[in-house]
Amino acid sequence: MPLLELQHLQVRFPLDGGFFSGPRRQVHAVDDVSIQLEAGEALGLVGESGCGKTTLGRALLRLIEPTGGTIRFDGEDITHLPASELRARRRQFQMIFQDPYGSLNPLLTIGQSLAEPLEIHGLGQAGPERQARITALLTSVGLHPDHADRYPHEFSGGQRQRIVIARALAVEPRLLVCDEPVSALDVSVQAQVVNLLQDLQRERGVALLFISHDLAVVEHLCQRIAVMYLGRIVESGPARELCRNPQHPYTAALLSAVPTLNPETRSNRIVLRGDPPSPIDPPTGCPFHPRCPVAQDRCRSERPALREIQPGRWTACWVQGE
Amino acid sequence: MPLLFIQDLEVDFRLNGRWVRAVDGVSLAVEAGETVCIVGESGCGKSVTALSVARLLPEPPARIAGGRIDIEGRNVFELSSRDLRAVRGGVVSYVFQEPGAALNPVFRVGVQILETLRIHRPQRATQTEVVRLLAEVGLADPERRARNYPHELSGGMQQRVMIAMAIATEPKLLIADEPTTALDVTIQAQILDLLKDLKHRLGMAILLITHNLGLVGDIADRIVVMYAGQVIESGPAAELLRSPVHPYTRALIQSVPELGQTRDRLRAIPGTVPQPGAWPIGCRFAPRCPFVQPQCHLQAPPLTHSGTDPAHQVRCPVATA
Ligand SMILES: Nc1ncnc2c1ncn2[C@@H]1O[C@H](COP(=O)(O)OP(=O)(O)OP(=O)(O)O)[C@@H](O)[C@H]1O
Ligand SMILES: Nc1ncnc2c1ncn2[C@@H]1O[C@H](COP(=O)(O)OP(=O)(O)OP(=O)(O)O)[C@@H](O)[C@H]1O
Ligand SMILES: [Mg+2]
Ligand SMILES: [Mg+2]
Repeated sequence: MPLLELQHLQVRFPLDGGFFSGPRRQVHAVDDVSIQLEAGEALGLVGESGCGKTTLGRALLRLIEPTGGTIRFDGEDITHLPASELRARRRQFQMIFQDPYGSLNPLLTIGQSLAEPLEIHGLGQAGPERQARITALLTSVGLHPDHADRYPHEFSGGQRQRIVIARALAVEPRLLVCDEPVSALDVSVQAQVVNLLQDLQRERGVALLFISHDLAVVEHLCQRIAVMYLGRIVESGPARELCRNPQHPYTAALLSAVPTLNPETRSNRIVLRGDPPSPIDPPTGCPFHPRCPVAQDRCRSERPALREIQPGRWTACWVQGE
Repeated sequence: MPLLFIQDLEVDFRLNGRWVRAVDGVSLAVEAGETVCIVGESGCGKSVTALSVARLLPEPPARIAGGRIDIEGRNVFELSSRDLRAVRGGVVSYVFQEPGAALNPVFRVGVQILETLRIHRPQRATQTEVVRLLAEVGLADPERRARNYPHELSGGMQQRVMIAMAIATEPKLLIADEPTTALDVTIQAQILDLLKDLKHRLGMAILLITHNLGLVGDIADRIVVMYAGQVIESGPAAELLRSPVHPYTRALIQSVPELGQTRDRLRAIPGTVPQPGAWPIGCRFAPRCPFVQPQCHLQAPPLTHSGTDPAHQVRCPVATA
């Protein structure tokens, strides 16, 4: 049984218009997404800005209410679980956000920030037992126990993101949703955070949903990758295979945009033209066709469904993977 | 004579009642039509160096403590405020990291470009020119885009508008400070392609600032690596990327995650950049350097020539020995 199973998940945001402004228009932020995540697995979710990654991550933790589909956590359908019951389960799934500056309270010491979730969930007894837990948490993310008495502004971006991870780990979650945890950091410190997440997944068996737009990082950390375009999954599969032999032209374009020092890779770059279309009026047919280098007539009129082209490899493309 | 010539630039900031050095003796030159990239981690002094060029640093808290900056042979520290304005609009333009923050939210983007033209090239301040500029930076449907407000555009489109505004004045030098850091990789690749294309078509020189060496290979003619307020290595891009000498440059190169990498761990640079006011006495990278020797902690190393190219310079006696 998977730890997390999404079936046909949908999130639509209403667009505010006047009373008589015709049919209600909506943003199709997440559209018919089905994914599974096994316990202890790391799944990467990649796609361009605005494709719905954050919305998906928040919806599956019910920080946003989905407008359709189901969410199962550990076999239990939590899609409509009332808030009171949800709270008890929140411990098991935590989310860390993109901005390492906004997510720590500047007025609390690091120790106080780490004690907060322990208090909320009644973990460990106040006093020496909690102190010991905080020390262990700081050490586990490569920080010094003395750091507990300092304030967020005394830390670098990479250190702050590690503190945020320590706080998420305080409640010993089984699933960690990481929304672009390294995008705001220098490349030279990204690796600290990525290596830490890798250790947590391997050594503690924490499952990860790692959201990013950089496939090189995702390939390194994750066992499987799902590629999202305009609210939908357009390709998924084992990380190495998907990067070595992409089956969707969009995945190929994402791969070739990865910054690299290798001059050969660079000279074969496919630079994608234009921006993703609006999720308010998605194009007919394949949503990628207006930017696709290999689009055919059929792509403009009929929407390709996600098909399993090899065991474990899925793609939604009429042209590739035949 | 280079278009931009920075020599021994020293910049201080007033912090808790005393002057603290942030940029410490930086020298670099940009020839007409050339692309030079400044690379280094957060807090190394890249932006302070770049902002000094058109004297855009707020003084105080900043002060220019020494050195000179010549643009087309004229020292900007000696220019009248009127001449400085002419430099800012006509010779040097800037593009910054956050396009959203630099655009005025209450005006249509076309109006904002028109305003820039009105100030610096009044004879060309027309709607036609605005649309031409928006097309020049690769925006589809430029007539419609000109009528959009900033929030109606994606981050990538906003950055294109910023670039359109920067090239509206036909600058000889475009200073782009982390122009793609806030954007995702696909749009990042598009913007770098655009800069490369503009450089070829308009013959403009570019000073590009970034923390990711993986981005510069396609565009840079020369690379300047900064650490803790100093240049620690500089040289022709191809040579510097192929055979980097300074341990810091090598560490920066290794920190770029590559696809299909078989290595189990990503390489981070341990520790952090020392802050101004807390620079080590000897080599500033010594506390983080994997090749550190006892003498590195004692003596501040000078920049010396290294490698096959006479323009390749390195601040590390251990690596160049
Ligand atoms: N509260 C909201 N109301 C209306 N539209 C929204 C809301 N939140 C998100 N959207 C829209 O839903 C779409 C998906 O947004 P989302 O933030 O999930 O994208 P993302 O993939 O996380 O992008 P990024 O990489 O920029 O973080 C976008 O078109 C966005 O404008
Ligand atoms: N207005 C200011 N007042 C005080 N100190 C400043 C000011 N601006 C910059 N500094 C300091 O000068 C040093 C160099 O800053 P600078 O902005 O040039 O770094 P950078 O290399 O551009 O880094 P980043 O990648 O974060 O943009 C930093 O330590 C910074 O704290
Ligand atoms: Mg997001
Ligand atoms: Mg900067």
